Amino acid sequence: MSDLETFRAETRAWLEENCPPEIRKPVESEKDICWGGKQWTFVSEAQKTWLERMAARGWTVPSWPKEYGGGGLSKEEAKILKEEMRELGARSPLDSFGIWMLGPALLKYGSHEQKLKFLPPIARGEIRWAQGYSEPNAGSDLASLATKAVDQGDHFIVNGQKIWTSYADECDWIFALVRTGPMEPKHDGISFVLIDMEQPGVTTKPIKLISGKSPFCETFFDDARAEKENLVGELNRGWDVAKYLLTHEREMIASGGSGLFDARPLGQHAAQTMGVEDGMLVDPVLRADLTRCDIDGLAFMCAIERYKDEAKAGVGMGAKSSVLKYYGAELNKRRLELMMDIGGSEEFEWESPATNEGKIARMWLRTKANSIEGGTTEVQLNIVAKRILEMPGA
Amino acid sequence: MPLVLNEEQEMLRDMARGYLTDKAPVTQLRKLRDTEDESGFSRDAWRDMAEMGWTGVLVGEDHGGVDMGFMAMGVIAEEMGRTLTASPFVSTAVMAATALRQAGGGAHDARWLPSIVAGEAVIALALDEGRKHDPAKTAMKAERHGNGFKLDGAKTFVADGHVADAMIVAARTAGAPGEEQGLTLFMVEKDAAGLKTERTMMVDSRNAAHVAFDGVEVTADAVLGEVDNGAVILDRALNAGRAALAAELSGSAQESFERTVDYLKERKQFGQVIGTFQALQHRCAHLFTELELARSIMMKALQTLDEAPEHAGHIVAAAKAKVSQVARLSANEAVQLHGGIGMTDEHEIGFFMKRIRVASEMLGDANYHADRLAKMQQY
Ligand SMILES: Cc1cc2nc3c(=O)[nH]c(=O)nc-3n(C[C@H](O)[C@H](O)[C@H](O)COP(=O)(O)OP(=O)(O)OC[C@H]3O[C@@H](n4cnc5c(N)ncnc54)[C@H](O)[C@@H]3O)c2cc1C
Repeated sequence: MSDLETFRAETRAWLEENCPPEIRKPVESEKDICWGGKQWTFVSEAQKTWLERMAARGWTVPSWPKEYGGGGLSKEEAKILKEEMRELGARSPLDSFGIWMLGPALLKYGSHEQKLKFLPPIARGEIRWAQGYSEPNAGSDLASLATKAVDQGDHFIVNGQKIWTSYADECDWIFALVRTGPMEPKHDGISFVLIDMEQPGVTTKPIKLISGKSPFCETFFDDARAEKENLVGELNRGWDVAKYLLTHEREMIASGGSGLFDARPLGQHAAQTMGVEDGMLVDPVLRADLTRCDIDGLAFMCAIERYKDEAKAGVGMGAKSSVLKYYGAELNKRRLELMMDIGGSEEFEWESPATNEGKIARMWLRTKANSIEGGTTEVQLNIVAKRILEMPGA
Repeated sequence: MPLVLNEEQEMLRDMARGYLTDKAPVTQLRKLRDTEDESGFSRDAWRDMAEMGWTGVLVGEDHGGVDMGFMAMGVIAEEMGRTLTASPFVSTAVMAATALRQAGGGAHDARWLPSIVAGEAVIALALDEGRKHDPAKTAMKAERHGNGFKLDGAKTFVADGHVADAMIVAARTAGAPGEEQGLTLFMVEKDAAGLKTERTMMVDSRNAAHVAFDGVEVTADAVLGEVDNGAVILDRALNAGRAALAAELSGSAQESFERTVDYLKERKQFGQVIGTFQALQHRCAHLFTELELARSIMMKALQTLDEAPEHAGHIVAAAKAKVSQVARLSANEAVQLHGGIGMTDEHEIGFFMKRIRVASEMLGDANYHADRLAKMQQY
């Protein structure tokens, strides 16, 4: 047996023995996804056990180095672990901005001390991180951000406002882009700092979305303190860190990791919901729309596979990740529009148990942000035009 | 009649816009939602609308109406679409009034039309039984019972059902579900024994109810129009309702569009007003052309209802289909072009998206009407 085959066999055996049965079922509610942090309450003993067991092996972050709480796995091994977890139907033990964003940034730009201090608590799900990028007046034009951090020797004093900080009211720390060089050209005066949210100078206020939910906040800094030792990368070089993270985020989206697009065909759902006559969906116009959407969905999944294979063969995805971000977001919106078409008037019931409190309608509304968050559709198209097609101007 | 508003209709529009933006703007709908208002609409505003003659816009002068016709009705509905005003206008002043007037004959119209005009009676149309509008699929039965009928079955998505003083109920007295013929319309009053109405909270914060008929007995006099031949009146009422919704949708679509264009002239990113980006200019310009077409076909439908109502089915179906589609595009573009702020409940643009979704589904979505049109033309 090759090393990898041995690893697969051992992994399978370990998962089989250690993954609690409750964890081998599909996620049903939001609480089934474990985000960790000081305020986290586990939905079940199984959720807690699973996190602890996986964290102890470093498998919440399998490819991070062992000394920072990771599993030290190679790419191939990490892939095997993923496959085996999927095979078993095991849920992810921990999801967080710490794992997806801050971790990779620290691994690349952080000092050894910063890594030692911050990475292991992320891996163990002890500290939950918020992302502080966007501001009311710095959205698509993120680099115009104005939250300022003034140098006070061993620390900065931070003033300003962030918006769209996901779950900030449940987070412990925030990684933020702040302006440290007010006189420099806008990209060259930004720094990446880590700020403890447990201080009087940091407050949050939930934002209610059109879906009726409030997973986002406004975060206010009033003379908040950020230690200098918690500056990541060089002073005024925060944009490099942000850019690196953005690429990382898009690659994640591209690899299907974010679940941006649900590729399950809609036809079956429509047939069950609306009914079939003579082997055809009762609504012939919708039937045509559905098959077109399903075909585009299939083509989209093929594009992801192709880009991934190209990446493995050494051709970086580069700006092509914008192709996927753009198309995936639009496709997902289309999909939910169609689900609303299928559901008809019943789907409008906002508070009824029959619709699970308007589950699909709320999802439909939520998908409208797919083409806004993480860089709008228009911005993605700008990138395609400029960076791939090398079109002049703007 | 030319396809422009006449002087009288223009005055009506100005008056409606003035009243609605002042007394029944989007903030009113938000308040009705947040306070979980029992009626789901402002009774005060409804009284004002009656005083201004809106409730009688389709009612003959013999019953106290102003009888201004469908074009005028559309003007009011369009303005209500701009302010997302919640009211029983479509159910009562448009559909019920049209059905009662069409049935004529004295009993029901004399009884109900004057109180509709006075803003006293709310009358709902209980028709849909499933998630998709399709009158031919009506399965609810009315069986002969003594001198009258007994109704058994259930209706869904009944606009204003929970506040209705009476309902016009479509039930099957002949034929099988799937057949256009064989339906009979009944006037059923709210206190009828065996009638159960349950309001359901909707995504657009407007009224809708589930209505159950458990052996509801009615006399033969309750029949509106002819037995087995309810489709004649029903079609007229539905065409009126679809045209009203098309007008409302057109108003909502234009309003959300105009708000968006205003926003693009204000919002700055990259050191400039985002309206300077040609990509966005073209999106708006395209949408404008769509809105122009939608509004035109909507007006054509209203005009046809005034001039040749017996031939209006075709153009009303096309109008409902086109406007529904364009309004959805307008709502989607509005949220997208507002960026993140458009996703917040605090901003009003989301209310337009929600109402447009529901109104486009009501009385048949774009697919339903496209399919009907194809069938009318034998393909
Ligand atoms: C649900 C949700 C979740 C979010 N999560 C996060 C998060 O976790 N962290 C975070 O930092 N941010 C987050 N955001 C913020 C998001 O990144 C911004 O909303 C987005 O970048 C757009 O910025 P804006 O809202 O200011 O819109 P604006 O930038 O004002 O854009 C308004 C419109 O103008 C268009 N536009 C702008 N510039 C151009 C151009 N040059 N060419 C053509 N069109 C242009 C936009 O595409 C958009 O349609 C989230 C937003 C939402 C809605």
